[in-house]
Amino acid sequence: MSELKEELKAKLIEQLNLEDFEVSDIDDNDPLFDDEGLALDSIDALEIIVLLEKEYGIKLDDPKKGKDIMQSVQTLADFIEKNRK
Amino acid sequence: MPLFTLKNMSKIIKELVIEQGTVLLNGETFFKGESTEIGPFLKSLYKHLELKYGKYFKMDLLSKLGFLGAEILIDGANEIVPETDEVALVFANASSSLNTDANYQESIADIPSPAVFVYTLPNIVIGEISIRHKFYGEHMFFIQTEYNKEELLKYTESLFAETNTKYAIVGWLEVDMNNEYNAQLMLCSK
Repeated sequence: MSELKEELKAKLIEQLNLEDFEVSDIDDNDPLFDDEGLALDSIDALEIIVLLEKEYGIKLDDPKKGKDIMQSVQTLADFIEKNRK
Repeated sequence: MPLFTLKNMSKIIKELVIEQGTVLLNGETFFKGESTEIGPFLKSLYKHLELKYGKYFKMDLLSKLGFLGAEILIDGANEIVPETDEVALVFANASSSLNTDANYQESIADIPSPAVFVYTLPNIVIGEISIRHKFYGEHMFFIQTEYNKEELLKYTESLFAETNTKYAIVGWLEVDMNNEYNAQLMLCSK
């Protein structure tokens, strides 16, 4: 799990062009869409959905679940662990 | 001192040229990058300006070019305050957003990228500058075969005459399919 979270942080930085961030800057429970965390926006949320499908083969069937899944790197990693193919 | 006075007494306060790894401000070298290649060059210019604006890295090349050009023109222009409808943004180019359109087309082969898609219009650069400075004023992006400075200034004059516009960032903003780039921008006042 720890390895997955580190990998996920690196992929988020690369995919979302978060050039101001290093993997070590992101805590597992930092809020993704809050100014006190990564301050992501709605386009980033769509990119994360693409990332889940492309990298882990997971399709987000119910968009309503997105808000809970994308709280933090921790919640994303939990979701990937349970659903990856 | 204004560099140039238009017919109706509007003034060009600053003129900026960005091309081949160099930024000229009012005819003098403002910055010279180590690389002339657009990606590394714009990144080095961003660092040189000591900006802290994470959203910059998400922009396409055309938006980055216009954003940095506007930053240089606005810097030190104390009369330009944020949250205003008195600043107009008037740009033109020949390639529209073709550079980004091609990137997006490439991404369609796999899973299309929403982050690339949102830049597949040339006027998105106007939005990026407006968000940064909270400009709510007039704006226009013309597609022309070549830079026609007089025509753009004439349009700007009409904005000064007929709208609330008091300042305008005006000019050419081009990034073509081969990543060749050229910006020729002016800061004008009524």
